[in-house]
Amino acid sequence: MEPLHVLKEREPQIHRKGEAPFSIECNKDSLAGAVSQRACVFCGSRVVLYPIADALHLVHGPIGCAVYTWDIRGALSSGPELHRLSFSTDLQEIDVIFGGEKKLYKALIELIDRHQPKAAFVYSTCIVGLIGDDMEAVCKQVEKEKSIPVLPVMSEGFKGNKRAGYEAACSAMTRLVGTGDISGISKHSINILGDFNLAGEIWLIREYFNRIGVEVVANITGDGRIEDIKRSHGAALNVVQCSGATMDLATMMKKRFGIPNIRVSYFGVEDMAEALYEVARFFKDDEMLEKARELVRMELSTLLPELQKYKTALAGKKAAIYVGGAFKAFSLVKAFRLIGMKVVMVGSQTGTREDYEELEEITDEGTIIIDDANPLELSAIIREKDVDIFVGGVKERPIAYKLGVAFCDHNHERKEMLAGFHGMLNFAREVYGSVMSPVWQFVPRRVSEEKE
Amino acid sequence: MSKMPNYVSTTNACKLCKPLGASLAFRGIEGAVPFLHGSQGCATYMRRYIISHFNEPIDIASSSLGEKHAVYGGSANLKMGLKNVTAKYKPQLIGVATTCLTETIGDDVKMILAEYKDEFHTGIDDPLIISVSTPSYSGTHMEGFNAALKGVVEQLANGGEQNETINILPGFISAADLRYLKELLQDFGIAATVLPDYSETLDGEALNEYPLIPKGGTPLSSIRNMGRAKLTIECGRTFSGETAGSQLLKLFTVPLTRVGLPIGIRETDRFMDVVSEAAGIEIPEKYRSARGRLVDAMVDGHKYIFGKRAVVYGEEDLVVGLTAFLAEIGIKPVLCASGGKSGNMKESIANVLEGLGCEMPEVHENVDFYDIEERASDLDLDLLVGHSKGYSFARRQNIPLIRVGFPIHDRIGGQRLLHIGYHGAQQLFDTITNTIIAKKQDDSDVGYSYM
Repeated sequence: MEPLHVLKEREPQIHRKGEAPFSIECNKDSLAGAVSQRACVFCGSRVVLYPIADALHLVHGPIGCAVYTWDIRGALSSGPELHRLSFSTDLQEIDVIFGGEKKLYKALIELIDRHQPKAAFVYSTCIVGLIGDDMEAVCKQVEKEKSIPVLPVMSEGFKGNKRAGYEAACSAMTRLVGTGDISGISKHSINILGDFNLAGEIWLIREYFNRIGVEVVANITGDGRIEDIKRSHGAALNVVQCSGATMDLATMMKKRFGIPNIRVSYFGVEDMAEALYEVARFFKDDEMLEKARELVRMELSTLLPELQKYKTALAGKKAAIYVGGAFKAFSLVKAFRLIGMKVVMVGSQTGTREDYEELEEITDEGTIIIDDANPLELSAIIREKDVDIFVGGVKERPIAYKLGVAFCDHNHERKEMLAGFHGMLNFAREVYGSVMSPVWQFVPRRVSEEKE
Repeated sequence: MSKMPNYVSTTNACKLCKPLGASLAFRGIEGAVPFLHGSQGCATYMRRYIISHFNEPIDIASSSLGEKHAVYGGSANLKMGLKNVTAKYKPQLIGVATTCLTETIGDDVKMILAEYKDEFHTGIDDPLIISVSTPSYSGTHMEGFNAALKGVVEQLANGGEQNETINILPGFISAADLRYLKELLQDFGIAATVLPDYSETLDGEALNEYPLIPKGGTPLSSIRNMGRAKLTIECGRTFSGETAGSQLLKLFTVPLTRVGLPIGIRETDRFMDVVSEAAGIEIPEKYRSARGRLVDAMVDGHKYIFGKRAVVYGEEDLVVGLTAFLAEIGIKPVLCASGGKSGNMKESIANVLEGLGCEMPEVHENVDFYDIEERASDLDLDLLVGHSKGYSFARRQNIPLIRVGFPIHDRIGGQRLLHIGYHGAQQLFDTITNTIIAKKQDDSDVGYSYM
């Protein structure tokens, strides 16, 4: 078999557990010409703010940035669906020459009048950063005229990677937090940060929290509402999922309002249970902890027997994981273990050194750990490790499929609920439904194996 | 005709950006890697968008510019990117398209590429490098697609003694359309260069090894010879300005014949006549009989669709072709819309409708889905014809959407849709007619088991 073909500059971003002491480079700029799977600052901001359903999201820039992010996520809303529309100032050559401020102003007024949003986010793109539009001033002006928050998001694509976009989004939200009425909020209250309500997941998570007696003030990044975010500083605790996306907001809220935060994951049974326990422990409430235990017991008593069938079928199969944030990867490693599968590769677009250290700890010998991978590396690893299923996003799907490998979409476009206890069962079903399909017997890699 | 409201903002655009079109065109050349000179996001977003339609890997390289490059220029990153792509992909050609970012900071790409060749080309197996200017603030993906083809021809084609080949510039059609077109040319016994040809590169077979660059695409040797062809057939009625076809005429005096996209009966007839004349042979029986069967089918199905009212949207040339076909089968196109603004769509539609007894529909360029929906809300519609982005509109109206063109993001097989020729018209006819019959059947209280 051909060895993994890696550009020399990329070598420090790939680690094989067991071969050498742990070392990996990360949070580097993508290498020019390497066909990174990453996006840009704008993408990071869009991801975080996208699910705020009653806000207007106006992309100030040429048409591409808006049209490629139109309704691309599976983030559901229980009410307004303004977030599913794609608004743009569609800058033209003449705007680039003479500036786009007037057009932005008119577009904002027009859209706010038409849609009556609770707030407006205005995203800066590469070109706006270059032509020097004073977005801040335009937003301020419109805010005054229309009496709703109009928030600039400084997300010029070239100013870093997705992570910088998370920061830009968080700093825009920061302006909302602390402006709402917090009377009547329970002392056992939390905000949910970093869950995007894909396929309605946040409704499930909220229900779990309600069952153990916790009030959710704001689910900021999933089925989000402006009014909730404004009063989110009334919550006693921020519960943060997803590595990078919303940590900055949580940090700011700690600094300004003294609200502590914990990091959790809702994927896989251990992490889901631990999330509930941690919240209960935070409130130092025995009754709540007992309720959480009861909830976990109940959910597991129905889940585990149902999982058994999948576990039997999938035992020993090999999985590769490549996701945006590393935090999700931790949970996935454990989730695969629960259904008897082996993780042979795990990587992320934006993991930090600490993330990769933790991955090194929880994975088996020989597992490849990779930062900011590209299609050639991913496909080489799929072949080298004879992977049975690949978990990733839509950009990774055709790589897996082309090589005849099963696939599970675990990104923002998915329509399957994968969080919580119920999500674990869906995950097992998803994996089973792809790995066990009869189609693999016809793909070249299995056909040539048979011939050997 | 009613006036379209004139909004400043764009809501749910009915167009894509210029570099995406260029990337697709470059992907249709053998051994080529599309390369965007700009920030990383552009390449990644476009890959994602294209993948969701074709379900195929598409590697688009990027110079991944960061903040300091935006200030000091992207030259070093462009060169490093080209070097890395060359080392890793060993391409025959790298198609560099610019983006808003690099156009606005004023990178002189032609000069940078000349420097690059001086500095890094070894004289052995160096890839050709083509560049095209595609700032997304001027024009749509179609302008990008056409600009890339024009760039390829200008930068690669040579003149010389005329040979017996013909050039076909088919426009932005599906992978299935391209395969059909090549088969058709073969049936006529014509040696032709079809540019671009992503019929394999974006609709390939299951593989055992991930190809650095998928096989297929218009061969470079053929492109070089395009200046010596005896004829260029360029499909499209709405071009404005220079195109690959007009440049072949201007630079190498290759005669140019323009026809519309061969969609529907009359536009296909025109196309077949041109091809038949170029080939010097009669239209083969296979196509005559396909036309006959199509007419027979149209008779069988005409009553179920007569007078139905449709909105057609998408790229201008596609809209022109589809509008012609709908009018031919008795469906009434009431609104024809595009995000493009060639200024030629209305006249083109008037031309293809001539003699069909079909009232001229409203034709709007430079519109988005908000405009289309607002305008169409009182038009009493029966169906939409266009790509999958019209779905939310169709859903609100509770009318069927006939998916054609690009992108099809909510169904599989968009790349396998056949639109062109008599065979394509047959498929479209069956799909449209059956969709209308199914709607009536599903909505009826009785649920008849015969039509």
